[in-house]
Amino acid sequence: MYAWLWRHLPGPGWVRAMVLLVAALGVAVLCFTTVYPAVAPLMPFNDTTVGDEP
Amino acid sequence: MTATAQGTGTGALAPARHGRAHDLLLGVVGVVGELMITAGVLLGGFIVWQLWWTDVEGDRAQAQAVERLGWEPAPVAAPASAPAAPTVAARETGEPPVPAEPEHATTFATMVVPRWAGEPERPISQGVDRETVLDPLGVGHYPGTAMPGAVGNFSVAAHRTTYGKPFNRVEELVAGDPVVVRTQDTWYVYRVTSTRVVDPSDVSVVAPDPVDPQAQPTQRTMTMTTCHPMFSARERYVVHLALDYWAPTSGPAPVELVGGA
Repeated sequence: MYAWLWRHLPGPGWVRAMVLLVAALGVAVLCFTTVYPAVAPLMPFNDTTVGDEP
Repeated sequence: MTATAQGTGTGALAPARHGRAHDLLLGVVGVVGELMITAGVLLGGFIVWQLWWTDVEGDRAQAQAVERLGWEPAPVAAPASAPAAPTVAARETGEPPVPAEPEHATTFATMVVPRWAGEPERPISQGVDRETVLDPLGVGHYPGTAMPGAVGNFSVAAHRTTYGKPFNRVEELVAGDPVVVRTQDTWYVYRVTSTRVVDPSDVSVVAPDPVDPQAQPTQRTMTMTTCHPMFSARERYVVHLALDYWAPTSGPAPVELVGGA
């Protein structure tokens, strides 16, 4: 998968490496700002209140 | 990445077909392996986000909530070697002023726990749902429970881990420890009376009289709830407190904050 990606990226090695680095950073930012906050409420280890309140 | 198991020797059709199947299998295994590694990295990222980044964001949002109140920063205890004893608030034990319950998600008070030296002043806001209060604003006030200073049970909840973890050090509290709650006009000094661990369903801890949930309250108490054990939702750690005294914020701060007692 990643080998295929590497083969199909244009440019010399260092350009491909930069492209992949930027892509990885983009994925990390997307996760931190959107994906993880959306998933966190489904995780059952962080409830602090008593009773039925959410 | 793909293996180059070339048929050698006689190799016409059969070895070549064998080689293709072999390549395909290796390719599938490789992709599955890469997907699993990717999933592992993403899950690791979730841990980093939950355990580190939510603290960064929570601390910042809570500091801003305190700042927005526009009050003088709470004094930090002077070192024991401070020369002269500073002026401290006179103890008022009569009927304290009681603020009205505010709108949902409104920050109306702050709290400082001197035992937790190094912890910032935390905002207290109305409501205990995670999305609008506990995650961004720190400490939440159970709606319908007493307000600071009132007869009844001023009940608050906060995270013990993640999102700034305001109640992280809750287990350090022992009977007699002060907790200083401040509203616009008043300092309220509560003292810990007891701590206990209860089931999440045990709402009696936030009843107007937590000792006798059926009774009409006669005391001015406060209750803090948070999760227990850490990183778990199995139980709740509960701290009960009682009002010791109050003082107007127009005067000096309580001795519990400025030190020199």
